[in-house]
Amino acid sequence: MIDTLETHDVVVIGGGPAGLAAALGARRAGAGKVLLVERDRTLGGILNQCVHDGFGLFLYKETISGPEYSERLVEDVVREPIKVETGAMVLDLTPDRVLRINSRSGYRLVRAGAVVLAMGCRERTREMIEIPGTRPAGVFTAGSAQNLVNLQNIRIGNAAVILGSGDIGLIMARRLTFEGVAVKGVFEIMPWASGLERNVRQCLLDFGIPLELRSTVVEIRGRDRVESVVVAKVDGKLMPIPGTESVVPCDTLLLSVGLIPENELSKRAGVALSSLTGGAVVDENCMTSVPGVFSCGNVLHIHDVADWASFEGFAAGESAARYAAGERPAGGTVRIFAGPNVKYALPQLLTAGTAGTEWSFRVARPLRNVQVVVKGKATDKVYARKKFGRLLPSELQKIKVRPAVAEDLEVSCHE
Amino acid sequence: MVEKKSAVYDVVVIGGGVVGCAVLRELSRYDLNLLLLERETDLAEGVSKGNSGVIHAGFNVPAGSLKAKTNVAGLGMIYGLAAELGVPHRKTGKLVVALAGEDRGRLEGLKTEGDKSGVPDLELVDEAAIRRLEPLARGRWALYSPHTGIISPYEFTIALAECATQNDARVLLEAPVEAVGFDGGLFRLSTPKGTFAARFVVNSAGPFADDVARLAGIDDYRIFPYRGEYLISDKDCGLRLGMPVYPVPPRDDPGLGIHITPTLEGNIILGPSAEPVDDKRDVASTRKVIARIKAESGRLMPELARISFIHSYAGIRPKLVDPSGKDRFGDFVVEESGLRPGWISLLGIESPGLTSAPAIARMVAGMIGAKTDLRPKPDFNPTRPLRTRFANLGDNERAERVANDADWGEMICRCEHVTRAEVVAALRNPFGARTMDAVKRRTRCGMGRCQGGFCTPRIVKILQDEGVLVERITKRGGGSRLFFGRLKG
Repeated sequence: MIDTLETHDVVVIGGGPAGLAAALGARRAGAGKVLLVERDRTLGGILNQCVHDGFGLFLYKETISGPEYSERLVEDVVREPIKVETGAMVLDLTPDRVLRINSRSGYRLVRAGAVVLAMGCRERTREMIEIPGTRPAGVFTAGSAQNLVNLQNIRIGNAAVILGSGDIGLIMARRLTFEGVAVKGVFEIMPWASGLERNVRQCLLDFGIPLELRSTVVEIRGRDRVESVVVAKVDGKLMPIPGTESVVPCDTLLLSVGLIPENELSKRAGVALSSLTGGAVVDENCMTSVPGVFSCGNVLHIHDVADWASFEGFAAGESAARYAAGERPAGGTVRIFAGPNVKYALPQLLTAGTAGTEWSFRVARPLRNVQVVVKGKATDKVYARKKFGRLLPSELQKIKVRPAVAEDLEVSCHE
Repeated sequence: MVEKKSAVYDVVVIGGGVVGCAVLRELSRYDLNLLLLERETDLAEGVSKGNSGVIHAGFNVPAGSLKAKTNVAGLGMIYGLAAELGVPHRKTGKLVVALAGEDRGRLEGLKTEGDKSGVPDLELVDEAAIRRLEPLARGRWALYSPHTGIISPYEFTIALAECATQNDARVLLEAPVEAVGFDGGLFRLSTPKGTFAARFVVNSAGPFADDVARLAGIDDYRIFPYRGEYLISDKDCGLRLGMPVYPVPPRDDPGLGIHITPTLEGNIILGPSAEPVDDKRDVASTRKVIARIKAESGRLMPELARISFIHSYAGIRPKLVDPSGKDRFGDFVVEESGLRPGWISLLGIESPGLTSAPAIARMVAGMIGAKTDLRPKPDFNPTRPLRTRFANLGDNERAERVANDADWGEMICRCEHVTRAEVVAALRNPFGARTMDAVKRRTRCGMGRCQGGFCTPRIVKILQDEGVLVERITKRGGGSRLFFGRLKG
C-alpha cells in the first residue's frame, strides 16, 4: 500500500512561532516544495493558548497577544505556496530524512531534502521533581491548565497553589485570579524567579499574589482531589529544611517547574543533543549533527519570548532551503564552550573562518554590572566583549562576534 | 442503573481484581448466572494495579503452602491463558542475586524449597553466568529461574473480565456491597446499584475482604494492609533490562525485597517497599522510601544511578500477618465458611496472587462444583475481542486502518503513540469504565514521559464527545473530579 514516497524540498515539523517562520524562511531562500506539518488542528502552536499580551515587540515592534502574533505569521504562510497540514503528527524521522506522518487524511511516508525541527517543548511534571504524597486529581502542569482554561473554557479548581515561577505559571496565576480562583501563592525553590521580571510584576505583585522564594512543595495531600499541599523552605542545596513546613489548603496544584525541548524525533534521527540546553548541538546555520536536519525554537533551547524563536526559525528555514538546493556547508568544527557564570551559549559549533555571527546565551544566576567576554580557548584572544547592567537567568541574551574565528571559544561573564 | 427485578445469580463474585476476574472467567465456562460486583469505577483498581507484574515461578514461598501449590499450578496455566486472551506477556527468566559469597546458602535454600514445590529448572549460577544472562546484573551467585516472566497485571485483569462478559457474565462497577442478608437459602447482597440474590458468593475483595466477610457475620480473619512504593523509569532510559533482578530476600522485609523489573514496553520498575499502614487505601509515596528504593536498587544495579524516573506509585498487599505479631508468613485462605455454607472466602491473596489467580479460580470452581452441577457451555469462548495498538502496527497496516477509519489518524498521546480510535474503543468498554485512569490503563495514554500533559486536554474533549459532562470527568471516580464545570464568559 505504501510504496511511493512523496518528496518535498523542505519539511518543517511544528507550526508554532519557530516552525511558521522556518517555512517562510525556506520559501525566501528559494525552496520550491515546502511542507509544514502541525499536529494540532490549527497552526500557531502554544501561541493559541497564550491569550495574554506581550508578544511581537521585536518582530512586529508592538505588543500583541499570542493568537494575534500567530495570525500574522499564518497570514504570511498562506500567501506562499507552502503545503500546510494540520492535525498531522510526525511519528518517525530517519537519519536519511524519511518521515512517517499520521493524520485523519492518511498515514504516509515522506522524503525531505532538508528537515527543520520545530517541535517546541513540553513541561516538566510532578514526577520529574519527585513530589511525594498522594496522587489525587487536581495536579496540572501550568500549560495543560492554560489549554483547559483558555481553549476549553473549563474551571479547573477553586483554590490553587502554583509551584515554580516559570512564565506560564505566572501568567496562569493572573488568569486564574481573573476567573475567581483563589491563588494562594507561587512557590519557587531558587532564590530568584525563573520567569520574566515583567511577568512577576504584572501577574503577581499587581494582584497581591505572594511569591515565596527558596520554598517548595514537599507533599501533596488528599485522596481523591487535592486537599492541601505542604510547603517548606529549602537550604542552599535546595533540600527542605525540617521544621519549616506549613500546610496550604487548596484543591489545585499547578506546576511551572521548567520546560524540556521535545527531542523524541530528533533522537530517532540520531541528532546529538546538548546536556546544557536539552536541544540539538547546532552550528551557525542551525544544522544539527545529522546533515540536512536543522533545529530552531524551543526544541533547540527554551526561549524567553516567541520573537527569538521566530528569528531562529527564519534562519533555520533559509539554511534548510540552501541545503535542499544542494549547498553543502563545511560544517562546524570550532567549538564554543560555556564559561564561568554562563549556563549555555548557542550555537555550540561554528564553521572555521566564519565572521559576524550572533550568539544567544543565558547566565546561570542573576548578575549585576557584568561584562560578557568571548575568548579564544587557545590564544586568550578576545573576540567580543559586551557590558550589561543586569543579567537574569530568565532572559536570553545576544552577543555579536565580528571577527573570523578559527579556534575554540569560551563565553564567560564577569562581575 | 438500579436493579429492579430480583434475578437470582448462581454466583456473585465480590471484587474485580485479578483473582475475582479469574474466578468469573473460569466460572463463565459453565452454564451459570454470574455477576461480579466492584466498588470502584474500574476493574483492577486495588491490589491488582500496584504490583511488579511478575509471573512468579514459586520458589519464594514455603513448599506445601497453598501459596506454593497455587503458584506452581498457576505458572502452568498463566502463559497459555495470557496468550489465549491476547494479553502482552513475556517469559523473561529471573535472577535472585547474592552480592556477598556467604549468601549462597540462602540461594540454595530457595532452590531446595522450589524443587520441593515442583518449580521447574531452577539453577544456581556463578558470576559469569549472571553477566551472560543479564548484563546489567551483578553478584557473586544467583538463583536463575528460567520460567519466571512479566505481564501487565491490570491488562490481564481487564482481559479476564472481558472474556467472562463475552460469555454472559455480568460486571457492575461502583457497586460496593454494603449489607449482606440471608433469605430462603440465598445471600442477598445490597449495593447502591441494587440488591442481588446469590446461591454462592465468592469474596475476593482484597484488602476489604475481612470487612465484607463481617457483613455476612463471618469474623474469622483480619487483613493488614502493607504498602509497597514503586518508581518507574522512562522507556528510553538508556538501559535495556531483560529480566527481573531480585536481591536475596532480606530477613526483616515482609516482601521479597526491593527488586528491579522490566515492563513489556521497556520501562524499568524499582520497588516495592513493604510497610504496614493503617489505611487500606493509603497509596501515598514518601520521600524517605523513594530514597531507600533508589539506594537499594542502586546496590543491585549501579547503572540505575544515571536514569530518571517518570512516575512513582504505590500498591497495597492484603496480608493476614499482623505486623505486631510473631508470625512472618501468612498463607492464602481459600475456604468455604462453616457458618455460612455457599460463602467462599479468598483471603490474604497477596504475592504471588497474580500468578496463582488462574489456579485459585479453578479451586473455586471445584468447590462450587462439589455442591452443584456444573455443566460446561458448548459455546464457551476462551478469547476476547482483540485490542489493536497503533504503536505496534507496521506501515501498511497503519495506512490501511487510517484509510478505513480516520480516527486511527488522530494522535491523542504523543509519547505512547495512541490514536483517537483506541481511546474511543477504550471508553466503549463493556463495563462502562469512563475515568481518565480507565483510559490510561487500556490505552497507555498518559503513561509516557509527559505524564498526560499533552493527552489530558485531548481526552477531556473526547470524553465530552462521548457524552460525559465536563464536571463528571474524574481521574478514578468518587471525589476525584478533574474540573468544576465551565467558566462563565
